[in-house]
Amino acid sequence: MTMRVADPVRPRRATGATVVLLGAVGVLVAAFFQLQVVGRSEFELKSRDNRLRPITIPPARGAIYDRRGRVLADNVPGYSLSLLPSPVDSARATLERLASYLALDSADVEAHLGRFSRRPQSALVIADNLSFQQVAAIEERRPEFRHTVIDTHPRRRYPSGPAIGHVIGYVGEISEDELESESFQDYDAGRIIGRQGIERQYEASLGGTPGVRYVEVNARNMIVSEFGGKSTVEAVTGTDMILGLDLTLQEYADSIFPEGMRGGLVALDPVNGEVLALYSYPTFDPNLFIGGISTDDWTRLRDDPDRPLLNRATTALYPAGSTWKLVMATLAMRNGSLGIGSVMPTSCNGALQYGRRAFRCWKPNGHHVLDLSGAIKESCNVFFYQVGLRLGLDPLLEGVNSLGFNSATGIDLPTETSSRFPITREWYDERYGPRGWTESVILNLSIGQGETEQTLLRMAQFYSALALGESPVIPHLIRNEALDQRRESWTLNLPEERRLELLGALKRVVNEPGGTAYGSRLQNWTAAGKTGTAQNPHGDPHSWFVGFAPAEAPRIVIAVIVEQGHPDNQRSLAVPLANQIMNRFLELEGVEPNPPLPIPRRVVVPLNTADE
Amino acid sequence: MRAGSDSRAAFLGDPGLVGMSVLLALLGIAMIYSAGRVELPSVATGAWRRQLMWLAIAIVAFFSVTRVPLRWLEWATPWIYTLSVLLLLVVLAVGSGPNTRSWLRFGGISFQPAELAKLGTVLMLARFFAGRRDTVQRLAELWKPVAIILVPFFLVLAQPDLGSALIFGVILICALYWAGVPLLTIFMLVSPGVSMILGFSAAIWGVWFLILIGVLYVRRPFFIEALFVALANIAAGATTLPLWNRLATYQQNRLLVFLNPEIDPRGAGWHLIQSQVAIGSGGWFGQGYGQGPQKRLSFLPEQHTDFIFSVVGEELGFLGAVVLLLAFTWFLRRVLVLALRAPAGYGSMVAFCFFGVWFAHLVINVGMTVGLMPITGLPLPFLSYGGSFLLMMFIGIGIVARVATER
Repeated sequence: MTMRVADPVRPRRATGATVVLLGAVGVLVAAFFQLQVVGRSEFELKSRDNRLRPITIPPARGAIYDRRGRVLADNVPGYSLSLLPSPVDSARATLERLASYLALDSADVEAHLGRFSRRPQSALVIADNLSFQQVAAIEERRPEFRHTVIDTHPRRRYPSGPAIGHVIGYVGEISEDELESESFQDYDAGRIIGRQGIERQYEASLGGTPGVRYVEVNARNMIVSEFGGKSTVEAVTGTDMILGLDLTLQEYADSIFPEGMRGGLVALDPVNGEVLALYSYPTFDPNLFIGGISTDDWTRLRDDPDRPLLNRATTALYPAGSTWKLVMATLAMRNGSLGIGSVMPTSCNGALQYGRRAFRCWKPNGHHVLDLSGAIKESCNVFFYQVGLRLGLDPLLEGVNSLGFNSATGIDLPTETSSRFPITREWYDERYGPRGWTESVILNLSIGQGETEQTLLRMAQFYSALALGESPVIPHLIRNEALDQRRESWTLNLPEERRLELLGALKRVVNEPGGTAYGSRLQNWTAAGKTGTAQNPHGDPHSWFVGFAPAEAPRIVIAVIVEQGHPDNQRSLAVPLANQIMNRFLELEGVEPNPPLPIPRRVVVPLNTADE
Repeated sequence: MRAGSDSRAAFLGDPGLVGMSVLLALLGIAMIYSAGRVELPSVATGAWRRQLMWLAIAIVAFFSVTRVPLRWLEWATPWIYTLSVLLLLVVLAVGSGPNTRSWLRFGGISFQPAELAKLGTVLMLARFFAGRRDTVQRLAELWKPVAIILVPFFLVLAQPDLGSALIFGVILICALYWAGVPLLTIFMLVSPGVSMILGFSAAIWGVWFLILIGVLYVRRPFFIEALFVALANIAAGATTLPLWNRLATYQQNRLLVFLNPEIDPRGAGWHLIQSQVAIGSGGWFGQGYGQGPQKRLSFLPEQHTDFIFSVVGEELGFLGAVVLLLAFTWFLRRVLVLALRAPAGYGSMVAFCFFGVWFAHLVINVGMTVGLMPITGLPLPFLSYGGSFLLMMFIGIGIVARVATER
């Protein structure tokens, strides 16, 4: 077509074009090198973020056993359903489709959506107590629910239910507030945590560590497959715990606690401070809380006037009543103003005149002349009014406070109420004004009334000190040798002979005719203790018993209160309860019988004698 | 040379070029097959079968074209050009497409007239320059080739398809370059376009303008040309913002996202981010053919068309991408060599313009997948799914092969 002509331009331009071609390809290769070799790890991460959604594997909580290896809390398999992160619209659609399977109403759907939008990045547990039927129904319609994951997860179980509610506490899903708080720093939404009781106290060891596994989702956030990568982290089961508690004893207490009454009890091993039983009635079934308590159940528990959620053994405060008289005796004996045989100047004729007021004894006709031992045995108020007056207000306040009666014991439970007792006379000035009170407060304080409120636990601990004469061990629920050595800073500071004299008086209370607890003495062991009646402005007085057995080598110290437990001002409901529990425990432990003195046949004893 | 080789060369034009083309097209079908293997229902599933059918048609077209003497082609050129311009007008009237009016449908077959227009424009420009014996020196002499490309340029821009429209500019520059037009003249011709791009920022445009004045001062073209070029640059820079505001929103977003994909990671930036993630996670050796999670889980959009090279990057890794780029380089270099070996004139010019067009497609498409180029929707030769594009590719290769046989 055309002749080949000398053409200087095209070869040069072809070279130029080649340079441009190689240059451009070189730049592209460099860009690929930058992305694929230099940036590989970053983009692999992004690719994984794109398609992998972490699903938390909830850890199994540690099991909890009693002193004999009986199970207080363990786990059974349960099914949970979680919603993956997805746009709010599709989450709403999924929830609405789920509503009929999970029995959600529109308010529930909104609540879940609210939680969902607060934490859009994490999978949200919608239900963790699915039945097998529900699981089957949802799995059958899997394509409709591709934003959801059904998982098996360990579900908490409390085999003995209500008997241990107040000790064990319960578990529930972590709340928004808890997530913000410092004690749950490493926790993620949806985590099941301990609430109340042992579950809360030992959350850190019981809780375990959640694992994580990944599912692969596509661009529309539908689950495509289980991701088989190595990144799955197994959940770590929480640590098992053994309590010093005796579940059999606890269940026994639950079975014999007077129906329809309110009250509580705590039993301690005085030697090592282990809690043997800790019971409050009315109680609740902690199993109700598993998987989220229903609104009905919660309303019922919260609004019940008998307050079943209140732990009456550790967080309720009561006037100590006559059980307090041993505190007074201890203080008076240790400053030498009182001996076991001392007799007071004024004998009991039913009341003591102080100022313009008559302070009454419980026995209208009076006890007449009693020494200290007799006054303890028969719980004479007039005698102890005079003990208090002999001590004087300031030594009384100082002495009481030195025995820990103004503080909490420090038991290993998340909630314990501090006992209360006036610290100094200034306390009265502040409360009533400098002229608003007189020294007559001593009289009420001397019999455990007035401005003093104590917990069962605190009283049990004081009687532990009486039982052994040592500085008492701080009560604790778990078995732990270090805790066995953790003692209060105070002792009775009483010469041993004096303590034994008081012990003798306490034995008389239970084992001698005329003693206020004589009707409930043990068949095979010598118990010791003191009854009490705490005046109650709202009705019948509360009935107390604090004591221990066997008296010579105590294995159990018990404090019992039955609110309004003096129904006809005659019978004490606390006393037989306490003695039955002590008896049962000594049987369970197989303690060598050491029967009290036989009962003199000629004495006629009224059943269940009450003091005051 | 042996006779067999000669006859084969006569039959195929250039066996190496043709072999590489078919190899790349088959690789493309393999990648389209992989691109269709996704978890969500996708139009890409089964696309490989249609592409295979188109390849068969394209190869038939290739052999037909190699039988056409260049003389006949040169004679038919104005008709082809006119036909393509008419089809561009038709597509503006009755065309269809997701965002643009760029497709014509005949029964079950879709066709992009812009692809034919590229061919027509290449032939038309080649015919123009082949008809001249002297080299163009003056800017004013270029009005005819400029007019030849401006007609399809504006028609395609009106679809609107900025990416394809710019290809006509590339064809013009290639033709001028290969015709030996002085680089200064080309520079002056192109400078208003640069001004238009830089017109977003008065400061950057100012720097560019100073450079322009400097070049004009040193190289001393005719004063009237220099003045005209300077004024054209000022005018182009001033029209940038008004023109920008007339662009479709998706086009604006594509350009903005090119500058910073993170401004709209779920929207316009999605394509680029997902493409980079796919390529980046491929590493040295890739996730394995068919295994790329980004593609498989539908994170990667347009995975069988515009972003097919991202699938290559994800599944075949850096090594696969480089091998493929080298194959393209070899192919393009081969076209360039054939253009050079052909006697100066129509055939050589056609071959070089095809070199330029395919090179531009390669750089713009692959550059887009890694974020070096804005997202324009230009397909990747041989690999991107698209029947009319593949057909036009092989017709172009057929012409280049014919050029090789006629030298």
